[in-house]
Amino acid sequence: MDFSSLSPVAMIVLLVGAATPILLAAIGELVVEKAGVLNLGVEGMMIIGAVCGFIVAVNTDSPMLGLLGAMVGGAVVSMLFAVLTQYLLSNQVATGLALTLFGLGIAALMGSSYNGIRPPRMVRLDVEGLSDLPVVGKLFFSHDPVIYLSLVLVFAVWYFLNRTRAGLVLRASGENHDAAHALGYNVQLIRFGAIMFGGACAGLGGAYVSLVRVPQWTEGMTAGVGWIALAIVVFAAWKPWRVVLGAYMFGGITILQLSLQALGISISGAYLSMTPYIVTIVVLVIMSADRKKASLNAPACLGTSFHASH
Amino acid sequence: MKFTKTLAAAAAMGLALAGSAYAQDPVKAGFIYIGPVGDLGWTYQHDQGRQALEAELGDAVETSFVESVPEGADAERVMSQMARSGVDIIFTTSFGYMDPTIAAAESFPEVKFEHATGYKRADNVSTYSARFYEGRYVIGEIAGAMTKTNKIGYIASFPIPEVVRGINSAYLAAKSVNPDVEFKVVWVYTWFDPGKEADAANALIEQGVDVIMQHTDSPAAMTIAEEKGVYAFGQATDMSNFGPHAQLTAIIDNWGPYYIERVKAVMDGTWESTDTWDGIGAGMVKFAPLSDQLPADVAERAKATIAAIAAGELHPFTGPINKQDGSPWLAEGEVADDGTLAGMNFYVEGIEGELPN
Repeated sequence: MDFSSLSPVAMIVLLVGAATPILLAAIGELVVEKAGVLNLGVEGMMIIGAVCGFIVAVNTDSPMLGLLGAMVGGAVVSMLFAVLTQYLLSNQVATGLALTLFGLGIAALMGSSYNGIRPPRMVRLDVEGLSDLPVVGKLFFSHDPVIYLSLVLVFAVWYFLNRTRAGLVLRASGENHDAAHALGYNVQLIRFGAIMFGGACAGLGGAYVSLVRVPQWTEGMTAGVGWIALAIVVFAAWKPWRVVLGAYMFGGITILQLSLQALGISISGAYLSMTPYIVTIVVLVIMSADRKKASLNAPACLGTSFHASH
Repeated sequence: MKFTKTLAAAAAMGLALAGSAYAQDPVKAGFIYIGPVGDLGWTYQHDQGRQALEAELGDAVETSFVESVPEGADAERVMSQMARSGVDIIFTTSFGYMDPTIAAAESFPEVKFEHATGYKRADNVSTYSARFYEGRYVIGEIAGAMTKTNKIGYIASFPIPEVVRGINSAYLAAKSVNPDVEFKVVWVYTWFDPGKEADAANALIEQGVDVIMQHTDSPAAMTIAEEKGVYAFGQATDMSNFGPHAQLTAIIDNWGPYYIERVKAVMDGTWESTDTWDGIGAGMVKFAPLSDQLPADVAERAKATIAAIAAGELHPFTGPINKQDGSPWLAEGEVADDGTLAGMNFYVEGIEGELPN
């Protein structure tokens, strides 16, 4: 068995590409859930982002504007969910599922005339001198800007949630919306904002798939990444840094199994394909085994509607 | 209500007496797709076939389809729903719909079913498939001639006979023109996941592969091949939009003529359960134009091979061929029978790696 042709650096570069859409969608959903809302429409918002980003990028010839368009698209579609669940008090689970179906359908409609078009390419960040360094250059200084942005975003979310007053208020409305309301905070408005942030992040993640990872538009191309992102949030116990860990681990196992197969190692591909899902399930089981701890982590008001009756 | 029905019946009878050929209701044909019609691959081509059917038969046929139906219990539910809505013939277009199709056919004996790429039949279930391995032989030969690293990557979906047959056929062809050729097969366990297909393509290119073949449905690998400057082949449909330089040619699934023939049979009342397996000769397997990147001799040989297969002079599986473990399969000059091909569950000699089961 010849392992020498298996380049860890190249694999890590691929890994980061596979993990970033999950990471972006998951960090957005984390904020949504921290505010006490369960939005199962991540997949739908991602695919909307993928198609919006693609359309904007092709028409403006700018991938950056495409990403912006994707964020707007994702945020707009998430507002549907926000209005339905926050003001019309519809069931969050059902509305989220509906959002996914709606998103997949409308994205197919919007993108029908964009089949077979190639989008403008995202430039990689090349830092003079640094990117040419052996190993380190390829590992840290040769990615596309979205990857750096995603990590900055994770840090920003962590800082916001744990170090700012606004973050504390957002968490409060997720832990106990009645108390937050009693203190004079507008729970619905806070949640509305969190949902839109989640939508923008999911849209960005979707556009990463259609503009960077597979630069093309095909219907349903996010192929379940949104669901993985939802699982990663639970896996991460609602902690921003663990979202990075979860997303990179998931991406890592996916890439590892593909690379091992390409290398000709005869481990059954079926098991390898299952591995990321199995690991996620196992971690979820381990985490939820300790009930007290699990309930400590999850926002107490997650998925419950809030209605100010007084 | 009753009055209008009587009226309609009277009108129909009048038309029938007048000898009109289209007095009867249009035949309703339903299609069940594994992916979205916009996948630009497998499902897209089936939908092209459906549109060809509509174009050919006009008002005499009414078609409907349900896309992205998962294989398994859901599929049977969709089929039953379609059957209950009064559809006369249902085309189920993925291998994994095999058992659901048989089950639905039992519940609706008056509805005709046509299952693509399977092998289970019943009185009201036909099967049909294309001899894609003939097409894969042609592209395998091109790949063998075009690779400089002697490494050909193959993105495979599931280890089912259809896919295994394609790998074997392509390998034999590549080997016949380039004895040093090596196949690297990556199983992605999905028909449609552009992200994963792109990752697989990247992983293969990282291993020195310079020609990529795929048996998955999206043009993702073609896009990556174009970006990385390697060659690839379109799957099911012409993917040259995604890889103007990368695509050497593409195998095109041409289902239209078959769909027209079968629906006409339903109209005439001559439909019966059959097993159709047509290839290049019958026009079910076609090719996209050969890329001008191909050297003249390679292009000539490809054309000659296509002609020879179409004429029945060349069979991709002609002995001597051994199985992967070295045991003999076909003797000198012997040609594989359709039964073995339909259930093919082994690699031929020379392919490395274990075939998952």
